[in-house]
Amino acid sequence: MSASRLPRIIGLLALLVVGCALPFVLSNFRLFQFSQVYIYAIAILGLNILTGYNGQFSLGHGAFYAVGAYVSAIMMDRWNIPYGWTIPVAGVLCLIVGFLFGLPALRLEGLYLALATFSLALAVPQILKYFEHWTGGSQGIVLSKPNAPFGLSLNPDQWLYFVTLGVLVLLFWLGANLLKGRIGRAIVAIRDNHIAAEAMGINTALYKSLVFGVSAAYTGVAGALSASVIAYVAPDSFNVFLSVTLLIGSVIGGLASISGAVFGALFIQFVPNWAQDISKAAPWAIFGVFLIGFMYLMPFGIAGGMRLLWIRATRSRVQQEGRSAVPTQAHTTT
Amino acid sequence: MSTLLEVQGLEAFYGRTKALHGVSFSMAKGGITTILGANGAGKTTTLRAISRMVRTTGTIRFENEALERKATEDVVQLGIAHAPEGRGTFVHLTVEENLKLGAWGRRERGNLKDDFERVFAYFPALRERRRQAAGTLSGGEQQMLAVARALMLRPRLLLLDEPSLGLAPLVVREIFRILKTINQTGVTILLVEQNAALALDLADHVFLLETGRVVMEGPSDVLRKDDAIRRAYLGY
Amino acid sequence: MDIFIQQVVSGLATGGIYASLALALVMIYQATDVVNFAQGELAMFATYICWSLINEGMPYWAAFLSTLAIAFAGGIVIERVVIRPVENAPILSIVMVTLGLLVICNSVAGWIWTYVQKPFPSPFSANPFKAGNIVLGAHDLGQIEVTLLVLLCIYLFFRFTPLGLAMRAAAHNPVSSRLVGIRVGWMLALGWGLAAVFGAVAGMMVAPVLTLEPNLMGGVQIYAFAAATLGGFTSPGGAVLGGFIVGVVENLVGTYVSFIGTELKFTVALAMIIVVLLVKPTGLFGSTVVKRV
Repeated sequence: MSASRLPRIIGLLALLVVGCALPFVLSNFRLFQFSQVYIYAIAILGLNILTGYNGQFSLGHGAFYAVGAYVSAIMMDRWNIPYGWTIPVAGVLCLIVGFLFGLPALRLEGLYLALATFSLALAVPQILKYFEHWTGGSQGIVLSKPNAPFGLSLNPDQWLYFVTLGVLVLLFWLGANLLKGRIGRAIVAIRDNHIAAEAMGINTALYKSLVFGVSAAYTGVAGALSASVIAYVAPDSFNVFLSVTLLIGSVIGGLASISGAVFGALFIQFVPNWAQDISKAAPWAIFGVFLIGFMYLMPFGIAGGMRLLWIRATRSRVQQEGRSAVPTQAHTTT
Repeated sequence: MSTLLEVQGLEAFYGRTKALHGVSFSMAKGGITTILGANGAGKTTTLRAISRMVRTTGTIRFENEALERKATEDVVQLGIAHAPEGRGTFVHLTVEENLKLGAWGRRERGNLKDDFERVFAYFPALRERRRQAAGTLSGGEQQMLAVARALMLRPRLLLLDEPSLGLAPLVVREIFRILKTINQTGVTILLVEQNAALALDLADHVFLLETGRVVMEGPSDVLRKDDAIRRAYLGY
Repeated sequence: MDIFIQQVVSGLATGGIYASLALALVMIYQATDVVNFAQGELAMFATYICWSLINEGMPYWAAFLSTLAIAFAGGIVIERVVIRPVENAPILSIVMVTLGLLVICNSVAGWIWTYVQKPFPSPFSANPFKAGNIVLGAHDLGQIEVTLLVLLCIYLFFRFTPLGLAMRAAAHNPVSSRLVGIRVGWMLALGWGLAAVFGAVAGMMVAPVLTLEPNLMGGVQIYAFAAATLGGFTSPGGAVLGGFIVGVVENLVGTYVSFIGTELKFTVALAMIIVVLLVKPTGLFGSTVVKRV
């Protein structure tokens, strides 16, 4: 079914080597941008797991991103806890929050779940501003970037780049293993036909809530990382626009795809900048054109488009399934 | 007797799967032809091919007009009415609205009142329920509605997909009796059926499909006496 | 009591706007399962076109009707040109396209007409209407009349004309519609055209109150979502009723509950959405679609 794994592993290792070399080549600002890309990729992978692989629509993942960011910020700012510890704590907390949110969400499907999460996303900045005592209100919390440990001669931007890259590799590896095994198949089965999945003995309620939790955990970790990388958290950074951006990144990259998360992150980080270069007067119009254009050319996302090209190039047979709400293809994973 | 419909080398595809492998047949004007076969033989696909609901290669000629490049809506305008598998009723609309929609594809609209009268004469039960939502009708009544809606087109060719499906034997017999009457007014009928006994009774020409190919064809009274068919499809 | 009545009428006026936009959203959703996120922005764009026509000297109602015609044509063109290429794509991909339309509309409007707020005229007299102690704004009353008129016309169209019937059929069962000869694609385009008209009406009615700027419809669209959720995304009539209810509730809560200031502007809408989704997700008049496995 899949081509020999060796070329793929070699390819990934090569990318990793290139990734590790970048801090010594690029400016601090570019490193900051790439750290942001890795952070978005982690968040988008979280969203992919929920929406792409499990079929639950979320227009509110910015909320979990915010929770992760604020948990990390408050721990660093209030209790002087080193940033390194805040990240797993944010992850676990979001896992619990996500799971708890997933329970009532079980009753909602498709459009209705999208509406519920959309409302959640809208409410986030207001909730953050309301709990001023903890969150610092509209002014947010200013943080400082951590220095490299063990006296390594890396500046904070370089060090944070390696941190985000490391977390990315770890979480992607975990995610790939999760999705390729039995659990992954169960998750996809629930997406494709949850009644049949239930009939086959899969505890859909438990799985769906757990997937929500895991998805939230990924996005929460991303948020926690962003608190350190940007060194500032404020309520208005976590508005509905963030949730929509993550969803855009997810669909553009390829919903039921791990590598798609990286493509999507690259898109949402860099295309707005290109759009600004193309037109100072109406940059978002250019972004919109890019967005629509990508959907025309690659309705299954970049990862999906690449897969199609690969299949056409190697001329294997593919069954085209009927239309589904979630852009997916017959064979998922990387 | 002139040829109304002629199909040559018809292949039909669902995605990359081929469902019909070169089906050829022709239908005379005014006749009733039935397509028999097991589940998955390609009977419904054949009707869908004529209605242009599925991708095909090969030729389909209706009264000497080629259908291959036409869209479903155009085929309807030529006078081919298709009552699909599962009736295809507009369940939230009333019986009357369903019937009105049946006439949408007509080239010459004219007065619908006469058509309504004609259709209610065939199916009095529909007249009683004309303002009811179609979804509240019984299975038999919905099948009658499907046929009635097709008749509103004043079609020259009527495609019927498994009208007996899920209906009580008495209701089915009634519907088939009405189909015979309709045919006598000059409507050519192409009928897909699993209920072979009834179909053989009604039709004058039969052909048998097996995994997308025509394996046998001929006049119905000849095939009815064929041992192989009797055993395989009539059960005795 | 007088204040209560005034607030109810005022609420009905804004409710009419939510109802119009909600109807647009529900129409397209019913036919395609897609929520058109760009509906509000398209309405804003149409409102700007009306503003430009009035600025060129056209009398109000002539500009109003011309804008409706332009919006109708625009909606059809957008469906045929922008949406049609992806009509068979997964739903989220189509939603992405509507998001793209949203940002394009917003950005282009800002580029053409700048972000400076512009006053938009109201066709109704400035004199309030008095009945005893009750004072009702003329614009509010006029708004309610216009909304009701438009809704009435649409109801009559769908209920009694053959084209309306065909559109209903195409939204409800596209496969069977093709089998009776309805060109489903064009019915869809007409649906988008009509939705654009409703949006334009909403925009032109709300602009005098909120002042015209590219972000005019942002908040309105959220209330329209609340209206459609309350009434039921599968029920046009429900969405309309939902709009009026949301408008009245918003106004009454704003009047009688003291701590809802402008900071918590959307709270009412969001609270309504969450409550409806928890209790009956399909809304007051919506129905669950039973799918066979």
